[in-house]
Amino acid sequence: MIEYTYTAKDFKSLNEVLWCPGCGDHAIMNAIQRVMAGLGLNKADYAVISGIGCSSRFPYYMNTYGFHTIHGRGAAIASGVKSANPKLHVWQITGDGDAMAIGGNHFIHTIRRNIDINLVLFNNKIYGLTKGQYSPTTDFGSKTKTSPYGTIEEPFIPGQLVLGAKGTYYARTIDGNMKMSQEIFDNAARFKGTSVVEVLQNCVIFNVGIHEEITKGENREDKQIYLKHGEKMIFGTNKDKGLVLENGKLKVITIGQDGYTIDDVLIHDAKEESLYMHVALINMTMPEFPVAFGVIRAVETRTYETEMEVQIAEVKKTSKIKCMDDLLRSGNTWEV
Amino acid sequence: MTKDTKVIELDQVAIRFSGDSGDGMQLTGTLFSDATALVGNDISTFPDYPSEIRAPQGTVGGVSGFQVHFGNRKINTPGDKAHVLVAMNPAAVKANAKFLEPSATIIYDVDSFTDKNLKKAKFTTDDPFAELNLEGYQKIGVPITSLTKEALIDSNMDNKTVLRSKNMFALGLVSWIFNRPLEIIEKALKAKFGKNLQIIESNITVLHAGFNYGMNMQHTTPQFLVPAAKIEKGIYRNISGNHATAWGLIAAAEKADIELFLGSYPITPATDILQALSERKDLGVKTFQAEDEIAGVCTAIGASYAGDLGVTSTSGPGLALKSEAINLAIMAELPLVVVNVQRGGPSTGLPTKTEQSDLMQALWGRNGESPIVILAAGTPSDCFDYAFEAARIALERMTPVILLTDGFLGNGSEPWKIPSMSDLPKITTRVAKDPSKFKPYSRFDDTLAREWAFPGMEGFEHRIGGLEKDESGTVSHDPANHQHMCEIRAEKVARVVDMVPDLEPYGCPEGDVLIVGWGGTYGHLVSAARELCAEGKKVGLAHFNYINPLPANTAEVFSNYKKIIVCELNLGQFAAYLRDKVQQYTYYQHNKVQGLPFLVEEIKESVIKLMEE
Repeated sequence: MIEYTYTAKDFKSLNEVLWCPGCGDHAIMNAIQRVMAGLGLNKADYAVISGIGCSSRFPYYMNTYGFHTIHGRGAAIASGVKSANPKLHVWQITGDGDAMAIGGNHFIHTIRRNIDINLVLFNNKIYGLTKGQYSPTTDFGSKTKTSPYGTIEEPFIPGQLVLGAKGTYYARTIDGNMKMSQEIFDNAARFKGTSVVEVLQNCVIFNVGIHEEITKGENREDKQIYLKHGEKMIFGTNKDKGLVLENGKLKVITIGQDGYTIDDVLIHDAKEESLYMHVALINMTMPEFPVAFGVIRAVETRTYETEMEVQIAEVKKTSKIKCMDDLLRSGNTWEV
Repeated sequence: MTKDTKVIELDQVAIRFSGDSGDGMQLTGTLFSDATALVGNDISTFPDYPSEIRAPQGTVGGVSGFQVHFGNRKINTPGDKAHVLVAMNPAAVKANAKFLEPSATIIYDVDSFTDKNLKKAKFTTDDPFAELNLEGYQKIGVPITSLTKEALIDSNMDNKTVLRSKNMFALGLVSWIFNRPLEIIEKALKAKFGKNLQIIESNITVLHAGFNYGMNMQHTTPQFLVPAAKIEKGIYRNISGNHATAWGLIAAAEKADIELFLGSYPITPATDILQALSERKDLGVKTFQAEDEIAGVCTAIGASYAGDLGVTSTSGPGLALKSEAINLAIMAELPLVVVNVQRGGPSTGLPTKTEQSDLMQALWGRNGESPIVILAAGTPSDCFDYAFEAARIALERMTPVILLTDGFLGNGSEPWKIPSMSDLPKITTRVAKDPSKFKPYSRFDDTLAREWAFPGMEGFEHRIGGLEKDESGTVSHDPANHQHMCEIRAEKVARVVDMVPDLEPYGCPEGDVLIVGWGGTYGHLVSAARELCAEGKKVGLAHFNYINPLPANTAEVFSNYKKIIVCELNLGQFAAYLRDKVQQYTYYQHNKVQGLPFLVEEIKESVIKLMEE
């Protein structure tokens, strides 16, 4: 295979980037462009597909093939692109409204089919492009333009939805952490199957600081854990906190206290088929737990587009019908 | 043959097989049709079934029918009314009484005419025929149920399984009456039931029992002879509209040397297209059974974006759901074929019945200035040609095309002279060649089609989408640019007229009345026109397969007749369209929205009435 040499700049189109200054989208795009440059794959083989929303303007800024489609349908269009030509590297850019509300059906079914696309879910828990209405991930009770007295709806936890739809890959990152985001996008790009990366994204206008609780202030290292496959689940400013399993539940412990040692701390296994631990990690919320980042689940299995290719090849091999003329003359025919 | 056999020679006969929706009437009808086509008659078929899979047994609502019309000349319709009714129960007689010729023969299963079944069919007396004023008809009661049991007495099968073969007794009997060879039916049964030898054997046994019953009882059952039709030489097969549509699409992809992708969601009466294409992995067809109608069209658009011929198939409610995505294909100027097998609407409407009421939806059912090419097939077999043409236009002109068929065409079948691929026109795709000159919305001067560059093609990387763009593909909110782009998209579709053949009226090239129709009513309208002409009336038929754009000579053809009557299975949609597009004429209307095809008779009556006015 030819190794292509690119820099991140090669992936930037000439279109002026119109996101608000300070928007988290800038950082996410930079991370993805750097990862694409590093992968060394032919730029012409990338198809970046989006729906509608602030994040969905993404393809216009990429110097690859790009298709800005309609609200919620990015996953269905991306599925068609990848099935039509499995050689392409298909990225779908979507947001919490685009993927979880109007496009919910396509989101879950794409994941269920396990089509090999890289799905990047920008989650800012708000509708930005329509200027500040609550979304399916907005926290219960939040006051927004369409919930002036607070929302009365339970939000989705995207990771739960992914796993509930038989997801094979789920990772979580945050816009401000470029290093972590790049590592995760690189991992997701190399994964075969629908890789969903949820990016906690800050909308500077309508939901500013929504993820600040996790990212800002003192002891922020105590509020997040970066999970890596095969490594101990350790976190904290002093790297002395860990996750253990007790009575079937996760628990935060301090190594060296209450009789806990490093040996008690769990090792993260992203390749474990069982959903049990992955769901528990996705569900962790502050203040009892740190928020989980990193590749939480990555279980490779058969993918839709490969199954389609293989099936077509097998039937072609055995069928007597090789072309349309054969088909037209097959079965019950008679001559006059 | 003994002397006393009554052999009646006929030009044409329509038979209606009718029974409970679980009685296997569709299979019976199909087998009989295939055998009939093979002995050289021309045929036309019409399956008529309820939307419930198994409505309550014995009720009129649960009656499933299959009408086949065959003869020694060109047969264009399944027949207004049946000459022979095969009724498996009292409900079938009740449901079909109004669809019978005055001299019709009714063959019925006497065993099923029990008090219980008469009650289920809501008869109030014990003489159903008198109740329906069918006294003057020839009625042949045959103990089909008990004779079927008798024939399978040694089979070790349970009663329920045995009774499933009742339809074969009826088929055998009708095959004797119409002199159809059983070998063809046996062959088809073997193909259908494959390895299930017991089912094959029992069906064949009962089939023969029915045939022999007819032979033995010939003093009561008449025998009909319908000589073979004079048909153009060639290799023929029976084909339904939905199969023809599916095959036309494969043919187009092969001719254009690209791959075919169908994104679709099952919906009556279009599902057969998805099924027929799913079978064709051997020809490389990719089928994607989507999670909903929207995903069906969106996956197809994605496939077209990636360089395949993207197609979606649906019926009216599905077309409504797809409208936003179709507009994306209009804006992105991608090739896309949308097949709408129309059914009775609005809403869920009459899912299994035919109608032509989606014309306005196809033309205008989208937001914004949204020009689209619309074709409509006229017979089951020409669904092949128009599916092929729809794909050819989509690929050569970089535009979505809607192909309108309907439940009557989709489910109906007729013999079809098989074309050879070398007879079909070539299809030239608009794949971009020179990256240095490529702009996403630069166009060919003559057709205004844009160039097609898809992911994987080096040097052509570009962005498209649903937002308004300028020629370079850059998002533009410039007012003048938007007007320019709206006009150019409209003009692009208007220029498709150079691919549209001139309208050739059937019958009198000028005269008193021009019958105007479109799509699936062709068979009935041409039959009406033929009969009227034969009666000396100066009548022509202008039948439209190209709706948008209309054939260039439309107004010229219209000018040759004193009066124009637009006949369609809706409340006047094409008439309204013509009043807009070809304004200088008065359009009379004949409209029907009963979920049923026209009757030749009713068209003739309307035309004669209009002539006398």
